[in-house]
Amino acid sequence: MATILDPAIGAGGEDSPVDNYLTHTHGWKSWAFTLDHKRIGMMYLVGVTSAFLLGGIFALLLRAELFTPGPTIPLVSHDMYNQLFTLHGAVMTFLFIIPGIPAAQGNFILPIMLGAKDVAFPRMNLCSFYLWLGGAVFFLAALFLGGLDTGWTFYTPYSITTNTAVVSATMGAFILGFSSIFTGLNFIVTVHTLRPPGMTWFRMPLFLWAIYGTAIIQVLATPVLGITLMLLMAERIMGIGIFDPALGGDPVLYQHFFWFYSHPAVYIMILPAMGVISELMSTFSRKPIFGYRFIAMSSLAIALLGFLVWGHHMFTSGQSQMSAIVFSALTFSVAIPSAIKVFNWLATMYKGSISLATPMCYALSFLFLFTIGGLTGLYLGSLSTDIQLHDTYFVVAHFHYVMVGGTLMAFLGGVFYWWPKMTGKLYDEFWGQIAAWIVFVGFNLTFFPQFVMGSRGMPRRYYNYLPEFEFYHKMSTIGAFLLGVGLFIALWVLLKSLKSGAKAPANPWGSATLEWQCSSPPPHDNFSHTPTVGDPYDLESTVYDPKLGGYKKIASPAPAH
Amino acid sequence: MNDDASTFVAPPPHPGGSFWLPVQGSTKAPEVDSLFHFITGISLFFFVLIVGLIVWFLIQYRRRPGIEPQPSPHHNTVLELSWSILPSLLLVVMFYRGFTSYMDMRTPPDGAMEINVNAKKWSWLFTYSNGWGEPELHVPRDVPVTLVMTSEDVIHSLFIPAFRVKMDVVPGRYTKLWFNATEVGEFTLFCTEYCGTRHSDMLAKVVVHDSVAEYQQWLEKASDPYTDQDGQPRPLAEVGAMFYTKRGCIQCHSTDGSAKTGPTFKGTFGTTQKMTDGTDVVIDENYVRESILNPMAKVRGGFRPVMPTFQGQLKDQDIGAIIAYMKSLK
Ligand code: HEC
Ligand SMILES: [Cu+2]
Repeated sequence: MATILDPAIGAGGEDSPVDNYLTHTHGWKSWAFTLDHKRIGMMYLVGVTSAFLLGGIFALLLRAELFTPGPTIPLVSHDMYNQLFTLHGAVMTFLFIIPGIPAAQGNFILPIMLGAKDVAFPRMNLCSFYLWLGGAVFFLAALFLGGLDTGWTFYTPYSITTNTAVVSATMGAFILGFSSIFTGLNFIVTVHTLRPPGMTWFRMPLFLWAIYGTAIIQVLATPVLGITLMLLMAERIMGIGIFDPALGGDPVLYQHFFWFYSHPAVYIMILPAMGVISELMSTFSRKPIFGYRFIAMSSLAIALLGFLVWGHHMFTSGQSQMSAIVFSALTFSVAIPSAIKVFNWLATMYKGSISLATPMCYALSFLFLFTIGGLTGLYLGSLSTDIQLHDTYFVVAHFHYVMVGGTLMAFLGGVFYWWPKMTGKLYDEFWGQIAAWIVFVGFNLTFFPQFVMGSRGMPRRYYNYLPEFEFYHKMSTIGAFLLGVGLFIALWVLLKSLKSGAKAPANPWGSATLEWQCSSPPPHDNFSHTPTVGDPYDLESTVYDPKLGGYKKIASPAPAH
Repeated sequence: MNDDASTFVAPPPHPGGSFWLPVQGSTKAPEVDSLFHFITGISLFFFVLIVGLIVWFLIQYRRRPGIEPQPSPHHNTVLELSWSILPSLLLVVMFYRGFTSYMDMRTPPDGAMEINVNAKKWSWLFTYSNGWGEPELHVPRDVPVTLVMTSEDVIHSLFIPAFRVKMDVVPGRYTKLWFNATEVGEFTLFCTEYCGTRHSDMLAKVVVHDSVAEYQQWLEKASDPYTDQDGQPRPLAEVGAMFYTKRGCIQCHSTDGSAKTGPTFKGTFGTTQKMTDGTDVVIDENYVRESILNPMAKVRGGFRPVMPTFQGQLKDQDIGAIIAYMKSLK
């Protein structure tokens, strides 16, 4: 099908309608009760960013405490420190990284990218946001009701015996689980039912494949977490004896339940990130994505295999040797689809025209850091080396390379990439890039030393530590503050653009996916007429037009495939 | 809440080891390390390859005005299959090596020497063949040792980096771990499963003796705290002080008047104190004995009921020594 030149869509910035989703209605109620996926996405974006800020403050406090081997900063005692790492982990996972890309960027982008006017169930979508808010309130309540000191994993029997606010926090996580299920369900149904004519499965941009894979995990795995947390609450309140060995329960059973959700949840965190990276690599190399089908299928493979590897968190738990061996083997099998993606992204850059705009800086950071995160996973998947590394800083470094180096970088890349679309403003490209490089250096300085101290034997979750690890901890703390500075500059660049940023064209980067065909910011119902769907990676269909300051679509003679 | 530094005095880091890994102190270490370095080699290869390509592409294909991207294929099934399948073969090797050395680690040889391990918040107790318990792990060199471990409260995990061994210590069941030490000297043992307030202070010293004879000699001396080196009886308070440090009371009770997790021992004996249920109780011999054997019976006001019982670990004679020690702390 040839892409038809449509003046209303293709002309971009100059005659974009005055009416957009931001100005469509006014007043706080128009936001609080909105059913518009874009507004819900923006509210999520503000929410998850605030959660990230809170989790980041906890992180800086605990890194400051670890600057010296003994007590370092006043008021941070053993107990306080234990609360800090717990809250850092819990806030970052449940409130930021799980909803981060799917609920904030996915909500905004998915329907437009698909060519739909909204998600399938707009009310459920709003409900999901309020559930997120409710879950966050329970988490904050836990802060004031005695804090939380179980680690974000809530391992039994410790979580049954501690007198901190475990019930409030688990209730929070339970509610957040529903928020996540609602989002996932909505996305699955949207992708199945609201694709416009021409949007076949294999014309879907890879971001959609990734979000779709993620949604499957969200819907299938999250209920297990819900049940597990219910059982934990029942155990604490009524002493039913499921996990408490004193009552005939089994504390290790809890770990199976917990990781049955939380390992797939790792893919809830990383799959959408991979989706974002696919978009960025293609757009900023001005090349069609290399190996589209392999990438799409590897998203699904990761989503499914991700369910079968939870036991690799428990190699030292006393689980049977048989299950340790099976879980180790399965773990290696998930490494393959991830590696496939990395090679495909690299091949996408080949013979391209690579721009180092801010989103691409983050995408390249992702590639670098995720490679390290992935390769260090091999040490943890191998049984005998995992015995040495389990529960040390090596693991801490590994999952931060994957979750922060991976997901956070992609989140930032995505925010900068779609910012002109979301807000209609262009940000300061120079400072955006500076921030990205500071983040990159700060990140490596924070987490690389942690690999070394971990394999040398430094256990995680330690308030005091032996002097032999002091050098590594000092570097790590300095890196953390540098990372903090970089992130603040990035935030400042974005906020400044709201005030003084130039008006964004419809398609500033020259992408070929549908969200760039509507104006920036998009009108209330996205498209005035159903858009014509072409190849999402046919970048030759857009050309730069200096008059617009952005790209415009040209009629392409024939589709690429 | 008290937040002082750890009271544990670590042995100086053992010389040796590599950039990534500590000294090799057991028969398993060389095997684990060789797998570690094998994976490092493979990782470095791929890392250099990937980063090298990124940098090369960035330089070669950076965006310049007037230069368009050059056409290249959008997929190449042979290429894609080969970069999926070839690395997988390496993964199989990795898995296999991890698997064989793991089986070895988990299968104690027959006739290994057994030491029982009791973990509780936040101390370790190693009980030797003659029934004597110590907070330090002593083993002879070149003898396979099996630790039979259980916990009295929450999950802990026993980790000796120099030996490359780690195993969770779970309440309500026994887990096992074995090793064969090859280096004489002192090493550090860590708790690596988060277990509450003083998790990071739950360390112990591992002492490897040169021979079984030397180890036996140590055990004989250690198991008789009531007699000193010259065979003379020790003052009771001094023995009590030894129990105070060796049985982990020191983690929660101070002797300088400050409150830690539990009340201080200084100047408490003979005083009258309020319990959480409001009653007044005199801190006398009976109360102390009950506090040690059945800590939940009466709980001091202002403290949480977290003290573990020492039933079966301290004999009446030992409790007598602790009482004498408490009396001496005026
Ligand atoms: C995990 C921390 C912990 C450890 C280890 C511990 N205790 Fe306690 N202990 C407490 C706490 C808390 C209390 C106060 C609450 C109570 O009475 O149970 C207490 C109370 C006591 C009391 C009553 C003191 C008073 O003033 O009321 C005695 C005596 C005592 N412990 C002796 C010991 C001895 C002897 C040991 C070592 C063999 C020991 N404790 C180890 C936490 C601990
Ligand atoms: Cu412990």
